[in-house]
Amino acid sequence: MAESKKRVPMNHVIGFILSLVMTLVAAWAAIQSDLPVTWVIIGIMILALLQAGVQLFMFMHVTEASSGNGHVPWNMMFHGFALAGILVAGSLFVMSFGHDHGDHGDMGDMEQQEEQHSEDHSGH
Amino acid sequence: MHITDILVTGEPIIYGAMVSMALGGLAILFVLTYFKKWKWLWREWLTSVDHKKIGVMYILSALLMLFRGGVDAMMMRVQLAFPDLGFLNSQHYNEIFTTHGTIMIIFMAMPFLIGLMNIIVPLQIGARDFAFPYLNALSFWSFFFGMALFNISFVIGGSPDAGWTSYTPLSGAAMSPGPGQNFYLMGLQLSGIGTLATGINLMVTILKMRAPGMKLFHMPIFTWSTLVTCFIIVFAFPILTVALALLTIDRIFGAQFFTLTGEGLPMMWANLFWMWGHPEVYIVILPAFGIFSEVIATFAKKRLFGYNVMVWSMIVIALLSFLVWVHHFFTMGAGAFVNSVFSVSTMLIAVPTGVKIFNWLATLYKSKIEFTVPMLWSLAFIPSFILGGVTGVMLGMAAADYQFHNSYFLIAHFHYVLIAGTVFACFAGLVFWYPKMFGHKMNERLGRWAFWLFFFGFHVCFFPQYFLGLDGMPRRLFITNVAEWLPLNVISTVGAVGMALGFVVFVYNVYYSFRYSERETTGDSWNGNGRTLEWATTTPVPYYNFATVPYVDEIDPYVRMKEEGKTTFEEDEVKPIHMPSYTGQPFIFMALLGLASFGLIFEWMYLAVFGLIGGVVMMIRRSFDYDDGYYVSVEEIKETEKKARGL
Ligand code: HEM
Ligand SMILES: [Cu+2]
Repeated sequence: MAESKKRVPMNHVIGFILSLVMTLVAAWAAIQSDLPVTWVIIGIMILALLQAGVQLFMFMHVTEASSGNGHVPWNMMFHGFALAGILVAGSLFVMSFGHDHGDHGDMGDMEQQEEQHSEDHSGH
Repeated sequence: MHITDILVTGEPIIYGAMVSMALGGLAILFVLTYFKKWKWLWREWLTSVDHKKIGVMYILSALLMLFRGGVDAMMMRVQLAFPDLGFLNSQHYNEIFTTHGTIMIIFMAMPFLIGLMNIIVPLQIGARDFAFPYLNALSFWSFFFGMALFNISFVIGGSPDAGWTSYTPLSGAAMSPGPGQNFYLMGLQLSGIGTLATGINLMVTILKMRAPGMKLFHMPIFTWSTLVTCFIIVFAFPILTVALALLTIDRIFGAQFFTLTGEGLPMMWANLFWMWGHPEVYIVILPAFGIFSEVIATFAKKRLFGYNVMVWSMIVIALLSFLVWVHHFFTMGAGAFVNSVFSVSTMLIAVPTGVKIFNWLATLYKSKIEFTVPMLWSLAFIPSFILGGVTGVMLGMAAADYQFHNSYFLIAHFHYVLIAGTVFACFAGLVFWYPKMFGHKMNERLGRWAFWLFFFGFHVCFFPQYFLGLDGMPRRLFITNVAEWLPLNVISTVGAVGMALGFVVFVYNVYYSFRYSERETTGDSWNGNGRTLEWATTTPVPYYNFATVPYVDEIDPYVRMKEEGKTTFEEDEVKPIHMPSYTGQPFIFMALLGLASFGLIFEWMYLAVFGLIGGVVMMIRRSFDYDDGYYVSVEEIKETEKKARGL
């Protein structure tokens, strides 16, 4: 039987509390605070970056060069960024390109129409 | 609140279902109590972290869901063949096609494949369990409670009725009030946790726990398909998670992400849904490709033709699968340029798929084919799937899709790929690996009956639907008494009956084989034709899988091992084996989250908060859990192996 180390993983506990706090602050900024919208958005962005940092450095193994396969997290992060790129750029492309009157109110009723007479919109 | 407020009342069919569910439940309770099996159930199954047992539980659940989804399907077919009978009303019909689609994809196809992966992948790479056995049990129970939640909707609270795609604004709070749509959201959310965790778990298992010497390009093709699938899962499922969460917040907390009012963007749902949804269809087809490749190579008794090309085409398919999602809503009207881009990317997917088809044909070419039941399913797959693929390319032409979209042509397409691909593969894989799981084969004669009934039933059911689509019959329509459509609809229903019979024979075969099949004496069940490591283990597989893990430096290592007389039990190399302990935590944890989800569905916030707190407590409990498992002693291993090998 391996010797079990009864050690409190302090790093993880702190990381966990930090990430909870940041989440709550973000929620508070969006729901309760009177900050102007731009500031709320900027604030949430910054918190998101910090959050990612906490995850990467306090929970994941980016700092462990010795783990032999140290390239794996970077590899996965690259794919993650690529996917996020596809997600954001693709959505913008799809949701806003080629609609010559592309405000959302319009898309709503297009969706209902697509089953019946979509040809109406095919030319746009 | 009164009980009748949440029970669905007034539908004779649903009363019938309630009664049979209650009777079935009572029967199970009775059997378990009468035979004093409660302890056994808890100790051997509910607390198990053994990948083989978890796999069996996945497959049993999937078969149950195949039955439930199949009953939905038969009811729809009855309605469509006899539209004047008034069998189903429109609301009931909407609910049934919604639950049918959701159950078949999320609660049947995926768990069936994940169940096979659970059992086979560690055996194929020479591992003794998953990288994270606790997490694996957690995955299963999250799926299980998600499935249970989704399935009780039709007797408690009412089923979702906005289609498996759950398009907004229809599925929003304004147009679908009540708990129905919440069942969809929470059921998928809960089981999605498990899928994502399995994706990570299997990925780590495959990357880190292969037998010594086994490079990635020595792995069996089913393991490869699993690895690629895991990548798709890990990147696609978060999109669904977020989309579901946003819609839940919309519905329960009054946000406006997808609403018509308050600057919501209803089409954003379709966009996000299909960013997950298209990769999802590849999640259920790539493992199927892997299974067919294994079966075909085994019974053609040859090395798989073009192994490297097979692997690379799967990787290319996985990449492309993230770049085609718009083909599901060409008719949204994003404009000619957007549609053209996605039209081209869609058609590109057909290229690697075609490459794979030719590789299977080349493997079969000039080989001595052995027509076993799994091989029959695999051979039937090739031409049937081609019909689905070709019509997929037709749908991929954006201009033409304005005609095909949401007609029965589309329905026929995806049933050709999903049934002839995924479902055939599930049957092939189950029959193929059945002896590994249960120690005996399935009866060959009954297996053929099930196959031929299902195969003919499938084509008779779905081939006419291409023409119904071309004749203009739309999907999701419950009154279809248009004279031109009726004959083909009747034929289609006849085919559906054939498939149902095939399924019944299959299930009967499980029972029949349990009673009468010869017990396996060797691990290499198919006349010594096994090529990969899973066949090198004994039958039944010992719980630690491999007494000694062989050194592997080629594809199909077991072929050479047999030539050189090597086994997975080299007596003088046996060392104590480290195994994980069983635990009831995953079950309790997910039961609590299931309770929380149930609370959210009915917007009973106290219950939801209670369940969530329970979940957090379980997480804390787990974080400070120092159980490092136990060691199996050398004597025990030797004894087990000698008995199993008759030494
Ligand atoms: C050659 C490869 C394939 C191509 C080119 C293709 C193309 C398409 C297109 C363009 C559509 C949308 C049509 C419409 O809504 O009007 C579609 C729908 C669909 N496809 Fe495929 N497909 C292919 C393979 C597959 C595979 C392998 C699967 C699953 C195993 C699959 C499952 C589906 C499903 C489930 C839908 C319908 C979803 C819904 O609207 O409910 N397809 N396919
Ligand atoms: Cu698609």
